[in-house]
Amino acid sequence: MRTDALIHALAADNASRAQPVGRRVRWMLLPGLVVAVLLFLAILGPRPDVAAAAETVRFLLKFVVTLALAAAALPLAVRLSAPGTRAPLAALLIAPAILLLAVAVELIVLPPSRWMPSLVGHNWLVCILCIPLLSMAPLAALLLALRSGAPTAPVLTGAVAGMAAGAIGATLYAAHCPDDSPLFIATWYVIAVLAVTALGAAAGSRLLKW
Amino acid sequence: MRAANRGDEAAYRTLLSDLAPALRAMARRGFARVGASGGDVEDVVQETLLAIHLKRHTWDESLPIGPWIGAIARNKVIDSLRQRGRRIELPLDDFVEVLPAAEAEETVSRRDVDRLLEGLGARQREVVRAVSVEGASIRETGARLNMSEGAVRVALHRGLSALAAMMRKGSS
Repeated sequence: MRTDALIHALAADNASRAQPVGRRVRWMLLPGLVVAVLLFLAILGPRPDVAAAAETVRFLLKFVVTLALAAAALPLAVRLSAPGTRAPLAALLIAPAILLLAVAVELIVLPPSRWMPSLVGHNWLVCILCIPLLSMAPLAALLLALRSGAPTAPVLTGAVAGMAAGAIGATLYAAHCPDDSPLFIATWYVIAVLAVTALGAAAGSRLLKW
Repeated sequence: MRAANRGDEAAYRTLLSDLAPALRAMARRGFARVGASGGDVEDVVQETLLAIHLKRHTWDESLPIGPWIGAIARNKVIDSLRQRGRRIELPLDDFVEVLPAAEAEETVSRRDVDRLLEGLGARQREVVRAVSVEGASIRETGARLNMSEGAVRVALHRGLSALAAMMRKGSS
């Protein structure tokens, strides 16, 4: 085909206009979130003492960390979908920095004999299984929305989307999880979110090519 | 591109026509850098133009368009070189340096796009062929194929998207 013939066809198609990726992400993430919340209510539900827990610093800190990660990763995934745009990856370090600080304080506050029990917690297995499970619908919604973009680094973009979805799953799970120690969060939540990140990277290498 | 985004088809055609030589020069330089023959340069140019078209909503109008086009072109050149089993890093600023050299020669892609068109549904194939190869307008195509203008637009857009997807599959 001659290039000018192709250009003629492209110009004739000028009326077609896709939504900006950011708007598409917002629209598609909404049903993903609804599914995740329904799943959370169906299989887990908030912990029984959630009202009392909401007055403790450790419980609230879980949400600060997970929401900080989601708030950093979501816009980053959108930026990564636009060619030639610089994406400030350093924003992803805010949540880990808060968590590390919390771990340091926890190690000072807690006697060494309580360190291991706090780290192992009550049900770490449920934690590392349920966070990825709750992350699946948001991850699928995100990847689907990002497919309309043009990420020049599909694996990285998928990984950041996975991190955002993992953070969303972790935010939900945190309302159920009876373990509030930063030592627990820094171990099991991190493992679970990294697993979703890896899944997002693998999916990105296949789904986000264009 | 801003005018094109406001719906100015003529401005859009001019933009793409002006871009083609620069994309061609960039693809040729990318190929030369790894000592690859320039045979399918035009394939890359056409893939890049399709990508620019189908992904133009990812350009933020408040930013300069050069880096956006450069990143897309670079991506397509690298894809094409990878397909030949080569790994290559191209500098990001490549596009900006390239002056649109006026070159009239060799603007037909080697890849048999007609073969690719066979992969489309009959309606999409007829519409894409009419609007591209035969240079018909949307209205003429609609009259010829007895379709509404809206249906022609939809078939054209879907056909172009499918074409881009088939080119990508062919090069991965």
